[in-house]
Amino acid sequence: MANKGKNAVDFAAIKADLGSDFKPVQILDNDGNVVDSELMANFSDDQLVDFMKKIVWERALHEQTMNFSRQGRLGFYAPTYGEEASEMGTVSAFKENDFLLPAYRDLPQLIQHGATVTEGYLWSRGHVKGNQFKARALMPQIIIGAQMVETAGVALGLKKNGEDAVAFSYTGDGGTSQGDTYEGMNFAGAFQAPAVFIIQNNGFAISVPRRKQTAATTLAQKAVASGIPSIQVDGMDVLACYQVAKEAREFAVAGNGPVMIETLTYRFGAHSSAGDDPSRYRTKEEEKPWFDHDPLIRMRKYLTGKGLWDQETEDKYVEECKASFKDAIKEADNVEPEKVSDMLKNTFEVPTPDIAKQITEFEAKESK
Amino acid sequence: MTKKSYIQAITDGLDIALGEDSKTLIFGEDVGKNGGVFRTTQGLQDKYGEDRVFDTPLAESGILGLSIGLGLTGWRPIPEIQFMGFTFEAIDSVAGQMARTRFRFGGQKNLPITIRTPFGGGTHTAEMHADNLENFFTGIPGLRVVTPSNPYDAKGLVISAIENNDPVLFMENLKLYRSMKDDIPDEKYTVPLDKAKVVREGTDLTIVAYSAEVNESLKVADKLAKENVSVEVVDLRSLSPIDTDTIFASVEKTHKVVVVQEAQKMAGVGAHVASEISEHAIMSLDAPIGRVAAPNSVYPFAQAENVWIPGVDEIEAKAREILDY
Repeated sequence: MANKGKNAVDFAAIKADLGSDFKPVQILDNDGNVVDSELMANFSDDQLVDFMKKIVWERALHEQTMNFSRQGRLGFYAPTYGEEASEMGTVSAFKENDFLLPAYRDLPQLIQHGATVTEGYLWSRGHVKGNQFKARALMPQIIIGAQMVETAGVALGLKKNGEDAVAFSYTGDGGTSQGDTYEGMNFAGAFQAPAVFIIQNNGFAISVPRRKQTAATTLAQKAVASGIPSIQVDGMDVLACYQVAKEAREFAVAGNGPVMIETLTYRFGAHSSAGDDPSRYRTKEEEKPWFDHDPLIRMRKYLTGKGLWDQETEDKYVEECKASFKDAIKEADNVEPEKVSDMLKNTFEVPTPDIAKQITEFEAKESK
Repeated sequence: MTKKSYIQAITDGLDIALGEDSKTLIFGEDVGKNGGVFRTTQGLQDKYGEDRVFDTPLAESGILGLSIGLGLTGWRPIPEIQFMGFTFEAIDSVAGQMARTRFRFGGQKNLPITIRTPFGGGTHTAEMHADNLENFFTGIPGLRVVTPSNPYDAKGLVISAIENNDPVLFMENLKLYRSMKDDIPDEKYTVPLDKAKVVREGTDLTIVAYSAEVNESLKVADKLAKENVSVEVVDLRSLSPIDTDTIFASVEKTHKVVVVQEAQKMAGVGAHVASEISEHAIMSLDAPIGRVAAPNSVYPFAQAENVWIPGVDEIEAKAREILDY
């Protein structure tokens, strides 16, 4: 039969258009120039300096932590070099009673939210005391989709409690491929729960580049199908990250349902401290433009131009931070090793009969 | 006392738990307006409202992840996974997350979650609806696994599971839902979460079983009683932990044991029971430990259940073999 009619659909046009409506929010450009003065008007000088200090703190934390790691004084650690604006900008928008569900690259946010650096180091070493922080948070998630479904549950719990609080979680570009990420966003949307999902798109899931992770042109558009508003933000611009996260929190806490944010950032270093070598999967030429986006240099240029910051202030602050990290690891060194009897006790609130017997056995061994 | 089916007993237990503790929440696929595909939660949404009894999107990992988040914010979730085969979608939520949460926090936080899920063969369901998956779940530290074999235990165990502050997997036998009725008390009572029960006393042979196989084992005990053979039947009720004390006491009395399960024979509850007896009570035995279990194939399509699921004939044959040893 001859095909005389027209096509019902232009799939090629639809495909070309997918994700085209996302425009990253930016306040400061690479050279530290203000690109949106109306948004910049939201920030006082004190706030600007505070953000600079947070970036410097996180960069110093990274450098000192990598040193400790090279000295064999830490266990698993996921470097955060390059992601300081994305991490510090977003976390600063949340309040103490908000519930944080981090992934493994989010120790700096967990510490900003109320855990101590010592606890961070104990988590890295693999000691239970690293999880006994006073922050309202879960410990960093290893299965990087699991925290997304849990975020929906925490957010629904906060809503049912009538709390003036949100759940906020982090995952990466790789994490958005996990089924749980979709389930988490969909559940939070279905229950109109106050959740803020933050996707830190740092370009790589270990070695697999973002472009191989999905055919989607943005990760932000992955929220759209769940009925969740989403936005891309320049993840090297701490002020833009903060502003967007702050507005997301306000939207969610007001009862409007969840929000998703994609921060466009870059992992300057390796995936982890355990032998990952980025030169196996990316070139210096590829990295170069991203180093030109360095969030610390951008803020330094802007604040120096305004007379709010100088190299001497920065050097002094870095030394202060590093001294505090050295104290923190000494404190971690003094923590008692874990006992098997405690691990058994931590398994159930009331030990089951088999566990009760094993507790007795191990306590006898441990008291020798 | 009221005569109630196994499923009515569970509904009764849920009703009591919802009435007693305003922090309890029931949710899952179809549990709200529809009252569950088996009507286990029938009437509960009308009675307690949509805030307490509600439908969720169709995603098992989402349902159990939701449970974890609700548990962390002060709630006592009672999620339903519509069929146990669907738990495959949520293994990480249970094994990787829920069951480890208390441990991760060094004992500072509990997750009082009761996952209800129907399982078990003989009702000719579609694939993935009837599998006995306890062999997976009993290998998860931090998770209790219980399953009642009768209406009395169903009500008492579900209340105990909900009141417990740790995650409990509550397995409901599909075939027993409406095939079994008993007079059970109308008021609240509990059944301990880690105690097996001697459901028939005897002196010549112990049969250790759980769920629907308890009833099959009782039929064998009746049959052998006519030949003056006295069979003791132990209902495990809890599959993790296993109440070895009750098993050992029985074996020390009868000196012969057959361990029965509907699940495949490989790496599971029966294997664990046999291993415990071998390790701690072998000197009491006058014969090898007998095992009755399903073959190690994938769970059968509906029409082949009758040739696959071990029942009275298989239990009786194994009992006679061990008695005659």
